[in-house]
Amino acid sequence: MKHEKLVIGLSGAIIGIVAVCLVLLGNPANMGFCIACFIRDTAGGLGLHRAEAVQYVRPEIIGLVLGSFLMALGRKEFRPKGGSSPITRFVLGFFVMVGCLMFLGCPFRMILRLAGGDMNALAGLVGFVAGILTGIFFLNKGYTLKRSYKQTETEGLVMPICQILLLILLIAVPGILFFTPAEGGPGAKHAALWISLLAGLIVGAIAQVTRLCMVGGIRDFVLFRESRLLIGFLMIFVTALAGNLVMGKFSLGMAGQPVAHTGILWNFLGMFLAGYGCCLLGGCPLRQLILTGEGNTDSAITFLGLFVGAAFCHNFKLASSGEGPTVNGKIAVIIGIIVVTVIAAVNTFSRKEEC
Amino acid sequence: MIDARGRSCPEPVIMIKKAMTTKESSYEMLVDNRVSVENVTRFAKHEGYAITVEEQGDDFLLHMTR
Repeated sequence: MKHEKLVIGLSGAIIGIVAVCLVLLGNPANMGFCIACFIRDTAGGLGLHRAEAVQYVRPEIIGLVLGSFLMALGRKEFRPKGGSSPITRFVLGFFVMVGCLMFLGCPFRMILRLAGGDMNALAGLVGFVAGILTGIFFLNKGYTLKRSYKQTETEGLVMPICQILLLILLIAVPGILFFTPAEGGPGAKHAALWISLLAGLIVGAIAQVTRLCMVGGIRDFVLFRESRLLIGFLMIFVTALAGNLVMGKFSLGMAGQPVAHTGILWNFLGMFLAGYGCCLLGGCPLRQLILTGEGNTDSAITFLGLFVGAAFCHNFKLASSGEGPTVNGKIAVIIGIIVVTVIAAVNTFSRKEEC
Repeated sequence: MIDARGRSCPEPVIMIKKAMTTKESSYEMLVDNRVSVENVTRFAKHEGYAITVEEQGDDFLLHMTR
C-alpha cells in the first residue's frame, strides 16, 4: 500500500514538472496541460470551428493517447471493450466540454491554475467537488450506464490509429490544417511539436500505469476513504506550485490571470457541470484519453463528445474568454446541468433488469 | 457470487461495498479488468478481508475471506 502511494506521488511530481516545463517551452501560462483546451484547439486545427485564436492540432493529445496505448500493449492491458450506453456518454462528454470551456480549463488545468496562483480556480475547485458529490449521490443510489462488452482488436485500434494519422498530417502536410497566426491567441503559444508529443507520451504512459484521474481522486476518497489517486492530484499541485515559484511564474490573485475570467458563479457552475458529468462518466477528460488508448471504445466516444462539444462551444459562442462568460455560454451550462441530471436520474431510478 | 463484469470504475467497488454491509465471512466476485481487480482488492483489504485472484480466461475471479 505504501509502495503504491509512493509511486503515485512520484508520478504526480513528474507530471507537475512536465507541465511547468511545457509552459517554459512555449505553452500558454498555466496551460502545460489542459485536456479541454487542447481538444478544443485540435478541433480548431481541423477546421471544425473557426475561432482563429484557438486553432492548433496539439501533439500532447496525440501523445497522451499513444503513450497510454503503447504502455497498455506492453503491459498486456490493451483489451478493447465498449457498448456501455455510448450515445449517453457522447452527450455527457459534450456537456463536460461546455462546463470546462465556461471555466476555461479541464480539472487538470484547474490544478495548474491554482498552482500558478489563479484564485478564480478556487471557485472552480469548489464547483468541481460539488459536482462530484452530486454524481456520487446517484452512484450510491445505483446509477449505472450498464455493462460493456468485449470488442474486436480492430475496434479498439481505431482511435490510436486516428492519432497516428493526425500526427502524420501535422508533420507532413501542415498546410491543410488551421493554425492560429503568430500572436493571435493561445493557439499560437506552444512548445515545439516533438517536445509536446514527448510530454504527452510520458504523461500518457504514467497515467496508464497509475490510473491517475482528477475525478477519481475526490470520488474514491469520499466513497471509500481511499486516498491513493488524491495523492497524485495533490503532488501535481505541489510540484507545479514549486516549479512556478522557482521559475517566477507564480502570480497570486484573481484579476488579469492568463486565459481566465473572474466570474465566480460561472467558474463554480462550469466546473460543477464538468465534475458532475465526469463522475457519471467514471473519469475526468484525461482518464478518458488514457482509456481510449487502452482500447476502451466507450471512452473513445466520450472523447468524440468532448471534441464535438468544443466545436459547438466556439461555433455558437458558448466558450468564455478572458473578458468573461457569454450569455449563450450561461444558457448552455444551465441546459447542461439539467440534461446531466436527467441522464443521472433516468439511469438511476428507472433501471430495468440487466440483459 | 457478484458478477461485475463489464462494470466500469467505481461500480464494482460500490457493489462489493454494499454487499459487505451484511458482513459475511466470504465473498466471490467476477470482474473483467485489472483496474477493478486493483480497486476491489484495495477496498477488501481495507475492510479486513484476505483476497486471492484467479484468472479465468479474460475474467478475474476474486475470493475474499476473513
